[in-house]
Amino acid sequence: MTPAGAGTARENGAGKTAPATDGPILRIDDLVVELPGPHGTRTRVVDGVSFDVPRATTVGLIGESGSGKTMTAHAVLGLPPEGATLSGRLLWHGEDLLAADPARRRAVRGREIAMIFQDPLAALNPTQRIARQIGEVPRRDRLPRAEVNRRVVELLDRVGVPEPERRMRAYPHELSGGLRQRAMIAMALAGSPALLLADEPTTALDVTVQSRILRLLADIQAADGLAMLLVSHDLRVVSHVGERVVVMYAGRVCERGPARDVLRRPAHPYTAALVRSVPAVRTRTALADPLPGAPATPANRPAGCAFHPRCPMARARCRAEVPEVREVAPGRWSACHFAEEVPGS
Amino acid sequence: MIRMIVHRLLIGVFVMWGAASLIFLVVRAAPGDPATVLLGPDATRSQLDQLHASLGLDRPLGAQYLSYLGDVCRLDFGESHWLGRPAMGAVLDRLPATIDLTVTATVIAVIVGLTLGMLAGARPGGLLDRVVSACTIALQSFPTFWIGIMLVLVFALTLRLLPSSGVGSPQHLVLPAVTLSFPFVAIIARLTRTSLAETMRESYIQTARSKGLTERQVLFGHALRNSLIPVVTVVGVQVGALVGGAVIVENVFAWPGLGSLVVEAVANRDYTVVQGATLLIAGIVVVLNLMADLLVAQLDPRIRTGAV
Ligand SMILES: Nc1ncnc2c1ncn2[C@@H]1O[C@H](COP(=O)(O)OP(=O)(O)O)[C@@H](O)[C@H]1O
Ligand code: SF4
Ligand SMILES: [Mg+2]
Repeated sequence: MTPAGAGTARENGAGKTAPATDGPILRIDDLVVELPGPHGTRTRVVDGVSFDVPRATTVGLIGESGSGKTMTAHAVLGLPPEGATLSGRLLWHGEDLLAADPARRRAVRGREIAMIFQDPLAALNPTQRIARQIGEVPRRDRLPRAEVNRRVVELLDRVGVPEPERRMRAYPHELSGGLRQRAMIAMALAGSPALLLADEPTTALDVTVQSRILRLLADIQAADGLAMLLVSHDLRVVSHVGERVVVMYAGRVCERGPARDVLRRPAHPYTAALVRSVPAVRTRTALADPLPGAPATPANRPAGCAFHPRCPMARARCRAEVPEVREVAPGRWSACHFAEEVPGS
Repeated sequence: MIRMIVHRLLIGVFVMWGAASLIFLVVRAAPGDPATVLLGPDATRSQLDQLHASLGLDRPLGAQYLSYLGDVCRLDFGESHWLGRPAMGAVLDRLPATIDLTVTATVIAVIVGLTLGMLAGARPGGLLDRVVSACTIALQSFPTFWIGIMLVLVFALTLRLLPSSGVGSPQHLVLPAVTLSFPFVAIIARLTRTSLAETMRESYIQTARSKGLTERQVLFGHALRNSLIPVVTVVGVQVGALVGGAVIVENVFAWPGLGSLVVEAVANRDYTVVQGATLLIAGIVVVLNLMADLLVAQLDPRIRTGAV
């Protein structure tokens, strides 16, 4: 029933079957998202992405801006941009959501898979009180009004909004950025989802508030045994809360594996460059080493390995041949022809 | 909120003063002399002077202006020498007919315009959107009087379904009200379409979808109300233009409202009636604008709580 491997890290356990409870809660398998480009062309903004989100686990999805992280999350939610075509499989408890009908997709949204958006001010309806927006899913599920209100207060309290009975009557613009994002998190939790997609949940916030929101997300994830896909361009965000990490570049996966190992001993030159660009992650390097060059865009992705124009290790094979994502060490997967040669790996 | 109302009322007073001053100058700058019109071409110089004096037209313009402003403040709009009765009385007699016409036209424009705009804006680029856009562009590019004449040709003269002019029955109202509503149907439809299409691209619409709502629930639960905010603002502003359109439509259809009264008064160089009617219209427009502002504040809590 579930085409899942034995362990969460072993994904290509061909022929093995396991009960649904053993497999990952979400398996993204060869996901391709194409958008209409200029002059009738199609642009592959997500190009054959595969990774698992095990249950009760936080997976960090990182990569520079434009690498296709948001597009991947939106595809999982079933809300790609207009005109997008999707292929591959999105196995949710073993059920392929890409093959599901629209009604089933809608039923999953908000109740099984919920999303926290980047900019809470833009993502909250400015003309509705937050109580109404947080209580929307329970209300649509025909919970009695008093019951809905109680749930809203409970949720706001849970996400650390002080005086929830008073604050629930506020409009989004009347709250601080941090409180808004907390309200947004309460809204995502309202339908009791099993998977949270958090797309840059702290990017729009003050630095001082960022770590508190991250801690809140980590606490809720742990307490409720949620699965969480934490999307960020900021390695530090993922290194704080992610147990596993997936690194994307130009719409493809570069590397994935346990967060500690990947960040300590990258098996892909792009990950290594990302790590070097952040001073706090590697205490041994005093100064940050910014990534050279500009990110490749999916619209004109270099042939072969998309990273080769910026890669210090690039050679002829890299320009000709697209590297497969392969297991380079137990539980460690890399899309580099020369993963074994990456310094420090 | 209270501050906003006070602010708008002050602006309203300013607008009324501007309207009063402007119309005072315009009627006096127009060629023609009320005394000549009243007394006919055979009047003698002394007869004209005498009438000028009794109308107060012999005084310097500045003095006339000041006493006129004083009268207006006391709600005294003067005697109409043409009709031989208080000017405001004559104006108020004609007001109900104009209200019938403009209110009917507004209701038609709001219902038809909002419906068309919603249908078009819910799916930008779709077939309905293109049909509605083509129709509204066509509607906006024809002048009101021409549309009126065409409607009369088709529905009154050819099909004989409706009376072409005059008053007396609800059927008489149909053609003038429809004619007057046309440009506003187009404005409201285009605006609603643009605003709704823009709203549907907002982040919070994606949030609403992420809660598993159907497109219909997203439209009625989140998009529609917010997309109406700019529409209400513009409709409030356009009410003045609606009254301007009423002047033309009333004359095309011989509708006995303020518009036709003003045209007759101008022909008779009756300053008091023109001034009275203009000030009444300006007052109504100011009040309607204030109502539109209040409605916008009702729709948008950011304005209500003074955040924007
Ligand atoms: N609505 C859209 N229409 C067309 N292209 C888009 C749209 N949104 C994003 N893209 C393109 O898709 C690629 C991936 O974008 P995105 O998933 O937002 O990246 P990330 O979240 O990693 O910054 C980018 O190259 C971006 O330019
Ligand atoms: S495949 Fe080649 S270009 Fe790509 S990351 Fe590895 S070494 Fe660099
Ligand atoms: Mg993004």
